[in-house]
Amino acid sequence: MAFLQTVDIEQRAGASVLLNRVNLSVEKGEIFTVIGPTGAGKTTLLRLINLLDRPSAGDIYFDGEKITGPSGNAVQVRRRMAMVFQKPAVFNSTVYENVAYPLKVRGCHGKTARSTVYNLLDTIGLGGYARRKAKTLSGGEAQRVALARAVVSKPDLLLLDEPTANLDPGTVKMIERLVMDFNRERGLTVIMSTHDMQQAQRVAGRVGVLMKGQLVQVGQPGDVFFSPDNARIAGFVGMRNLLRGNIVRNESGIAVVDVDGKDIEAVSDLPPGSTVEIYIWPEEVVLSKLASDSSARNNLHCMIRSLSSNGPLCTVIVDCGFTLEVLITDRSAVELELSQGQEMYASFKASAVRVLPSMQG
Amino acid sequence: MHRSGLPQTGRLHRTGSIKDEVKQEIWQALVQAVDLIVSLDTEVVQISLRSLYISAASIVIAALFCVPIGSLIHFHDFRGKRAVINVIQTFYSLPTVVVGLLVFLFISRSGPLGGLELLFTPAAIIIGQVILIMPMLTGMTIGALSGVDKTIRDTALSCGAGTAQAIRAILFEARFAVVGVLILGFGRAISEVGAALMLGGNIRGYTRVLTTAISLETQRGDLVLSLALGIILIGIAMVVSVIMNILLQRY
Repeated sequence: MAFLQTVDIEQRAGASVLLNRVNLSVEKGEIFTVIGPTGAGKTTLLRLINLLDRPSAGDIYFDGEKITGPSGNAVQVRRRMAMVFQKPAVFNSTVYENVAYPLKVRGCHGKTARSTVYNLLDTIGLGGYARRKAKTLSGGEAQRVALARAVVSKPDLLLLDEPTANLDPGTVKMIERLVMDFNRERGLTVIMSTHDMQQAQRVAGRVGVLMKGQLVQVGQPGDVFFSPDNARIAGFVGMRNLLRGNIVRNESGIAVVDVDGKDIEAVSDLPPGSTVEIYIWPEEVVLSKLASDSSARNNLHCMIRSLSSNGPLCTVIVDCGFTLEVLITDRSAVELELSQGQEMYASFKASAVRVLPSMQG
Repeated sequence: MHRSGLPQTGRLHRTGSIKDEVKQEIWQALVQAVDLIVSLDTEVVQISLRSLYISAASIVIAALFCVPIGSLIHFHDFRGKRAVINVIQTFYSLPTVVVGLLVFLFISRSGPLGGLELLFTPAAIIIGQVILIMPMLTGMTIGALSGVDKTIRDTALSCGAGTAQAIRAILFEARFAVVGVLILGFGRAISEVGAALMLGGNIRGYTRVLTTAISLETQRGDLVLSLALGIILIGIAMVVSVIMNILLQRY
């Protein structure tokens, strides 16, 4: 059994289902990121793990022991965990007293406790702030205090609920670095929720996608972001060129998909007749003036609708019966002398198309 | 009472306009009042200290009951909680004379607690004032605790606090509001006259407090003394509030 395991946990509030049979397993020493849009149930899940709320159904196991149910001693379990909330919550006392609070409730006073707190304040870059009133800190500083307060008692599991939401980029980077340092140096297991995909990619060992209360996909960040299991996840992780079509035939793994009357060849094992969602990687599409690229399976005549340069890259929106977003380097856009209304050919390989079974069927 | 040096300001002389007379008297009274305070008139000092002591005792005793009771009500969900709070709030405006009457019935010689011979003692006033301010203290403690951000409870619990420790953290968070409640309760105790008069009896040198003294001296026409005592009464309220605020700034 994993270090932390939730078994079919459900949480209901009245008629609405906040979490629906979530089975999460997190191994010791890893950073696991739960991503999902706002309202997906991320906070609900973390609060259940921290035993701040009770699940409507299901059980949670932590380090081999069942922690839900009447037999569990919630205080003892919570003392092996720590949680940082989205809204930085500090006690109305000094920075020192805030960070020292978990030690105080555990009955740790004296010199060692004091030096632990001071060292930690140095680590989070608030060394001179010990006597400052915590309420006078900025949002980013308060969140760093909350992080220090969470790790001061050397917990086995750190829960972070969107810890960097609404913070400036500098503080976000700092908090991410601190979390990764604590994870590496102390072997601290971390479960973090975020709605920021890039953050998940930067920090996480594994990612779980939570949507509408369901854990829909778990895997390495790369798997989740580049091979999402369904169109909903694809949409959430920011995939462009999501199109809908029908497979008209399939010849040894190369399917022909009819999208708005155009045939697109794609790598897929799905049988003819299936309704599918396809996704075309914008950076895999090549624009050229002539339809002569032999290596590409798909060659579509198109017209440029708009061009927008963003630094080194240029996003080109073309119309080839359906709208396609193409990402090329700014330099090649200049070389090709692209302009609005120009007629071009868009070509891409069959392997640049990801085919997902349609959600709606 | 030491009044030989004071003018007989109470009697209205029927010369000139009455309005002018009153105006002049009030001015004189103010001057004399300041003089009485500055010169630390023994009787005035004694009455003030007695008032302070009785009301301080009342607020301490009431707080010992009401802060825990208020916390208990706040932290427990039970049926009829809203109704209980409503009833408590209704009793905020308990008339002082009604409290005086009820306590009187209990501690007068023929009452159930008559044997303790409490009537017309400072203790009787304290009992009355405690009962008077209890609803306010309890209800406003609940209000103060409700004002604490809900995330504080979660933060304390996830920091490893037990239930009692979390309650203490929330109380600590509400300390400004709770102290405000105590100051308000103290203000009600030291400024009430009904219970003090009915239960203390306004016995000179024993149960005479600022409010009962003001009431008596005004009736007797000694506006100077009344005003002096009134100024002291307001002064005490101000000093208590300032000291409490300074203490709070530090913690």
